[in-house]
Amino acid sequence: MKTKKTLLILGAGTGGTMIANKMVERLDLEEWKIIIVDRDETHYYQPGFLFIPFDIYRPGDVIKPKRNFLPRLVETVVSDIEVIEPDESRVKLANGRTIDYNELVIATGSTVVPEETEGLLDGGWRKNIFDFYTFEGASALARFLRTWDGGRLVVNVVEMPIKCPVAPLEFLFLADWYFHERGIRSKVDLVYATPLDGAFTKPRASSILGDMLEQKGIHLEPTFSTGRVDSTNHKIVSWDDRELDYDLLVTVPTNMGAEVIERSGMGDDLRFVPADKHTLRSDKWENIWIIGDAGNVPASKAGSVAHFMLDVLIENIERHIDGLAPLPLFDGHANCFIESGFEKGILIDFNYDVEPLPGRFPLPGMGPFALLQESPANHWGKMSFRWIYWNVLLKGGEMPFTSQMSMAGKWA
Amino acid sequence: MMSAVDTSILDSLEFDDQNFLVNATDWTPAVGEAIAAELGIVLGERHWVVLNFCRKEWEEHGESPTIRRITKGADVGTKELYDLFPGGPGKIAAQIAGLKKPTGCV
Ligand SMILES: Cc1cc2nc3c(=O)[nH]c(=O)nc-3n(C[C@H](O)[C@H](O)[C@H](O)COP(=O)(O)OP(=O)(O)OC[C@H]3O[C@@H](n4cnc5c(N)ncnc54)[C@H](O)[C@@H]3O)c2cc1C
Repeated sequence: MKTKKTLLILGAGTGGTMIANKMVERLDLEEWKIIIVDRDETHYYQPGFLFIPFDIYRPGDVIKPKRNFLPRLVETVVSDIEVIEPDESRVKLANGRTIDYNELVIATGSTVVPEETEGLLDGGWRKNIFDFYTFEGASALARFLRTWDGGRLVVNVVEMPIKCPVAPLEFLFLADWYFHERGIRSKVDLVYATPLDGAFTKPRASSILGDMLEQKGIHLEPTFSTGRVDSTNHKIVSWDDRELDYDLLVTVPTNMGAEVIERSGMGDDLRFVPADKHTLRSDKWENIWIIGDAGNVPASKAGSVAHFMLDVLIENIERHIDGLAPLPLFDGHANCFIESGFEKGILIDFNYDVEPLPGRFPLPGMGPFALLQESPANHWGKMSFRWIYWNVLLKGGEMPFTSQMSMAGKWA
Repeated sequence: MMSAVDTSILDSLEFDDQNFLVNATDWTPAVGEAIAAELGIVLGERHWVVLNFCRKEWEEHGESPTIRRITKGADVGTKELYDLFPGGPGKIAAQIAGLKKPTGCV
């Protein structure tokens, strides 16, 4: 019996799970075996972390066993990945196993690293300082908020880039709504401190979202790059010595790629893997590919982006197997529902070259969504994303979007 | 008295709507001095350590370095970097070095 070739996928989160489901249908399994490795048996629906602090979602809504989403014909290995040795096309696992591969997909995602900020983990951590980018942080914050009776709530983004760059805004919009419902909105000051010079990264959306912050009485503190946290005196201090007092700090710590990327000497300064932004192939190794948050490509780090990367990645891996050059097909397409509170939402759609624009987003079967504008339909779009995520997206199923962005319905 | 920097050198150059030089190859140290002057910054030796590093990164990788890249690569502390280029060192250093806005912001 001849030995099979190996497609190895590192990380079984959003991107890794999708690519496993797709490749098992595409590759000839007489010739190929597919192996996926993750240290964690639980799949977290990270977009749901946003709703946990406000008791809109319960833990069961965002946690499911990974095995429910991985195809039987893919070998699933539960282990920490010790090191990638790209020059030898080999990966060593913490459980002692070594796997040689022919093609490697890196889908190890990004994580928050509060250690990067002086003072962040001192006295206040998980007492009056919380993050909501982890399941534990979001759950601890939910417990805290249930009995909080008001004060100054500062949300800060330590540095860019972060995954889902709209999530901090959504948190504030939901907080505004939540405190209204609890009848204590007048006792809460809401402040948003961001290193960006406005509410968002792209100009048109930034000005519209900035207006929304103002209407909701949320104070924006732009160009605030957090240098350190003084948890004794409850303030954050920027690199240029501005200070912001808080009673409750909800922080988005520095986002970085997985530690194994650094251990393997394959990452940039934030442990992201340098890759071609149009082909999704590693800059250095021609049999290594990235999907999702793990790469350094200048697209938003979002599940929807991982989905749009999927088709390009499949095609390029297959081309490489056939000895062809990869095609530069990925255009940076991102599509995000922004929850804006009071059962409304906004939808933005953009790519590397075109910023989010107002207009209508026609989705067959789901109706028209208003772009860059608040509407109840957008809120229901966001809420149905959870169902779509668990039932369609992870399985690599057809979504009513195309991978490349369309200008149909937009007002340029 | 500081000697006034002649900014007329900028008149013949093309800038985008956010005031970044369109062609990085149009840049010379004198152009850098002039852009800095318009931003109210007088360039000293430490500024040049950063600016030269930015230019080198661009030549090697075709991109403006992020703040992290600069602090690691140019041996300048984050605090010092903010003192040198107040308001947003990644962006302002790139602007003075005649490069594009760093792409860290998406
Ligand atoms: C609060 C919040 C809100 C969000 N909202 C949205 C939204 O509304 N819409 C949207 O599209 N996206 C949203 N996102 C972003 C989205 O969740 C991520 O972009 C997406 O999950 C990235 O997928 P990934 O496969 O790259 O990484 P992940 O899904 O994070 O998977 C990475 C996997 O790699 C594994 N791994 C890492 N290192 C190792 C190792 N050394 N050994 C073994 N296994 C390892 C991890 O265990 C993990 O399972 C949000 C994220 C957050 C935090």
